[in-house]
Amino acid sequence: MRPFTYERAADALAAVRAVSTTPGARFLAGGTNLLDLMKVDVEQPTHLVDVGRLPLAEIAETEDGGLRIGAMTTNSQVAGDPRVRARYPVLSQAIVAGGSQQLRNKARTGGNLLQRTRCPYFYDPSKPCNKRQPGAGCAALEGLNRSAAILGASRACIAAHPSDMAVAMVALGARVEALGPDGTRAAMPLADLHRLPGDTPHLETNLPRGALLTAVILPPPPEGGQVYMKARDRASYAGALVSVAVAGPGIALGAVALKPWRARKAETALAAGAAPAEAMAAELAEARGFGRNDFKIRLVARLAVAALDETSKGRGA
Amino acid sequence: MMTTITVNGEARALDLDPRTTLLDALREHLDLKGSKKGCDQGQCGACTVLVNGARINACLSLAVMHDGDEVVTIEGLASGEALHPLQAAFLEHDAFQCGYCTPGQICSAEAMLREAAEGQPSQETRDLAAPIVLTDAEIRERMSGNICRCSAYPQILAAIRAVAGDAA
Repeated sequence: MRPFTYERAADALAAVRAVSTTPGARFLAGGTNLLDLMKVDVEQPTHLVDVGRLPLAEIAETEDGGLRIGAMTTNSQVAGDPRVRARYPVLSQAIVAGGSQQLRNKARTGGNLLQRTRCPYFYDPSKPCNKRQPGAGCAALEGLNRSAAILGASRACIAAHPSDMAVAMVALGARVEALGPDGTRAAMPLADLHRLPGDTPHLETNLPRGALLTAVILPPPPEGGQVYMKARDRASYAGALVSVAVAGPGIALGAVALKPWRARKAETALAAGAAPAEAMAAELAEARGFGRNDFKIRLVARLAVAALDETSKGRGA
Repeated sequence: MMTTITVNGEARALDLDPRTTLLDALREHLDLKGSKKGCDQGQCGACTVLVNGARINACLSLAVMHDGDEVVTIEGLASGEALHPLQAAFLEHDAFQCGYCTPGQICSAEAMLREAAEGQPSQETRDLAAPIVLTDAEIRERMSGNICRCSAYPQILAAIRAVAGDAA
């Protein structure tokens, strides 16, 4: 690991000021992704601002019947919360489908949303990657791209976002809150937090530099069934090949794009009376593979149909 | 950077380079060699320790992040010469060959049994509202963050099962 300095933030505003005014500074919360990437020299911060103990680890009721999940809650805290389990089972299911319990005990809600792609070329500094080094090229286009995106990719980057948790939150219509460097609070739909790669895959979110995610706001639970389904190479402790979250009328797809993918075309088609398979065909009309990941298109369609069958059964019960 | 961590009940003050992982602080600075460095990237679980009661990968944490925390390692589980029940069960059930993953397996299992008792769900949990029933499938899933290269999984399961009691 390269040398860096470390400080523990006294409060959220001090943290955003420290990161926004110190070149090379990064927030550190659970550290499960950042420290891993620092060990392989992909992340090279010169200063770490530890926000892990900021008082942002509460899960609170909102006035409209939703939940406000502080950004410093651990993944296992959220998955195990009785209110989440009772009202947002898709979120509990998605979280416990990700990582190991050791990682979920440490990883935080904010860091989970902001984790970096697991594209093998992003992780390997000896290979070109536009996300790591703008203009270097993309080794995944012609390489080992089994994990790559099938929606919203560009010639510059075909990586996929790895979060399970975020897929469920997007299906639920969650919003995120952030504290900006000037002390102002901003909120946006979680579906708008991450950017598609375009020509600038190194720009990953629509947060200003130095902004700190402070909370995820879940709206009241939707009418209808909820389920998270994940297809992967091992039965446990493996990233998704593809995943699907259904929460009432909301549908989101995981590991298919550089962001958790809200399947609005499928939602619209279903609302108009289409069968699940037809709705997924509409969603995936523009999907394309890059060779080794072509199978994802059929796989995610079939997984989504299975998830929709499951929730429609739940509704009937 | 000065950091004080309570390790196995004893406050230990350390002057550390911020790059020092919790695992390296335990092994190299406190000479607690029970916690093992397997992959050093959070994938194998050999470094599993308990921090404020929760199991984590000590390799994916900086020691300076744990100022004031209470850490329990495999060395802290036994009471003098009396083995922890999981240690005794691992011996009884021959739940290892080379033994390298064993400290992590035991620390992990210790926390796992408490998590299940507290109702923490896993992906094997079918009813998120009901108390956890520790079926074999539940134990395997909850231990999936601990890899055993000798593949002693059936014996590890038997050892944990012996301590957990029968599933209902």
